[in-house]
Amino acid sequence: MKSPTAPDNRNTTETETLSPDTAIRIDRVTVRYRLPHERIHTFKEYVIRMLRGQLRMIDHLALRDVSMEVRRGEVLGIVGRNGAGKSTLLKLAARVLQPTEGRIRIRGRVAPLLDVGGGFHPELTGHENIFLNGALLGLSRAEITRRLDSIVEFAELRDCIESPLRTYSSGMIARLGFAIATDVEPDILLIDEILAVGDEKFRAKCAGRIRRFRDAGTTIVLVSHDMHMVRELCGRAVWLNKGRVEGEGTADEIVTLYSRA
Amino acid sequence: MCEHSPLAGKTGCPETAQTVFDSAHRQPPAIEELVQLWRYRDLVAQLVIRNIKARYKRSVLGVVWTMLNPLLMMAVLSLVLHGLFGLRVPNYSAYLLAGLLLWQFFAQATLASTSEIVWGASLVKRIYVPRTAFAVAAVGNGLVNLALSLVPLALIMAVLGIPVGRAALTIPVSVLLTAMFTLGVALFVSSVAVYFADFMEIYQVALTAWMYLTPVIYPIDIVPERYRWLFKLNPMCHLVDIFRAPIHMNALPAMESLCAAAGASVLVLLLGWLFFTRNSDEIAYRA
Ligand SMILES: Nc1ncnc2c1ncn2[C@@H]1O[C@H](COP(=O)(O)OP(=O)(O)OP(=O)(O)O)[C@@H](O)[C@H]1O
Ligand SMILES: [Mg+2]
Repeated sequence: MKSPTAPDNRNTTETETLSPDTAIRIDRVTVRYRLPHERIHTFKEYVIRMLRGQLRMIDHLALRDVSMEVRRGEVLGIVGRNGAGKSTLLKLAARVLQPTEGRIRIRGRVAPLLDVGGGFHPELTGHENIFLNGALLGLSRAEITRRLDSIVEFAELRDCIESPLRTYSSGMIARLGFAIATDVEPDILLIDEILAVGDEKFRAKCAGRIRRFRDAGTTIVLVSHDMHMVRELCGRAVWLNKGRVEGEGTADEIVTLYSRA
Repeated sequence: MCEHSPLAGKTGCPETAQTVFDSAHRQPPAIEELVQLWRYRDLVAQLVIRNIKARYKRSVLGVVWTMLNPLLMMAVLSLVLHGLFGLRVPNYSAYLLAGLLLWQFFAQATLASTSEIVWGASLVKRIYVPRTAFAVAAVGNGLVNLALSLVPLALIMAVLGIPVGRAALTIPVSVLLTAMFTLGVALFVSSVAVYFADFMEIYQVALTAWMYLTPVIYPIDIVPERYRWLFKLNPMCHLVDIFRAPIHMNALPAMESLCAAAGASVLVLLLGWLFFTRNSDEIAYRA
């Protein structure tokens, strides 16, 4: 049994080639958000302040010197308080953010399972929105055409798929989003507290789908505040605290430690 | 990104289970963006389709309006400038309409790119999407609208009895150059607009001024000779000129204008692309 420890120096020597068993490897990554000291809303104000040399920035380190590894086929849980840097970590893995310092390597196709409802257009039909959303997730037209049926099937929206999206309820929209995002057969699935969508029956179906992904050998990184779910779904877990890795170990150990803290 | 993949050569550049992304070995942003944009080309198409469909659905007149709008503007301006102020240009309606169509393409596409990137920024913070896709889609959408508005232009020319000759074959070249220039400008303005909500208004005012400094509704001949070189520093002046020559005079574009337009378009697109891709990683960092 590996006892949970603070990150040691084991990770500081970067292995040059990524072992085939590694899905994600993060080496000494720091992410810095740089924000203007006061929020500057307008371009005019920005230019005036820049000319006067009044542009003060504050740095915020969302992740500090984080090293970790996600092995292929494992389900890794990430726990931590609000603002601990969990979502930031997933954004790194999704290539949305680039690390300010350090190095990240990712093997295979990554699918972030999050609410991409922002990509929907209310005037278009569900059908048309599937094509738009699939394209945003990097699918080609041919791939979406091939998956169309199973997406509509899973979302249980066959009857209204030709109606404009503005006639859908928010739960129906969330279902459509989930159905599109999980129909991609990724190598790595990133889940950031999304499982609270839809009604109870649909949530159970989502959990079932995630279990199927796990059983099919998909690598999963799961961020959740639901300790019950972390225990149930994850093998290993990492505890983030204020941007640092506070502990790492089996899901049971970490959940116990974290719940006590 | 693909150099690690043994399958890369065979299948283009899909992400396979073995593809490794390595943040320490990235290509220069300008190149990486080009590769990714090509992979996401269906997204560009979907964004264009979305805009056209959404517009068409909101009002059945959407497409008709796209064609009618420049015609109405042409009618009013012809009446005022030609009728009242006695501006003497042969076939002024065709002269005006050609200029207006190209200008509207440029103005609308660059403006649309700012609203596209603002919309896209909310997504870019959550999923990976090549960020140039939004500006490229805005220009693509503008091209579709421009093509639609060539229908009323052809009608006007038929009514006025303006002959269409082989010079018209240069129109696609002029449109392509204008699209390149437009994309370059769109990349510049959208990389600023994504951070500042008021930038769009400032840009709109600038666009109006820019249009009056471009010989769109008046011929360059009315500009005093000694100021003319100043006008010719403006790439849009040449782009409008080469687009208009075959339509208005059934003539080939002047070589001088063509070279200036081509040079400026390539340069602005290149600079815009470099500027945008250097800064676009920042978008995801902003709240
Ligand atoms: N775009 C941003 N600009 C500035 N600071 C940010 C930005 N996004 C996140 N942060 C900061 O970075 C820190 C980590 O944020 P993150 O979203 O990763 O936390 P989290 O662990 O996901 O929290 P939660 O459990 O609430 O979802 C927070 O302190 C947050 O304020
Ligand atoms: Mg979060």
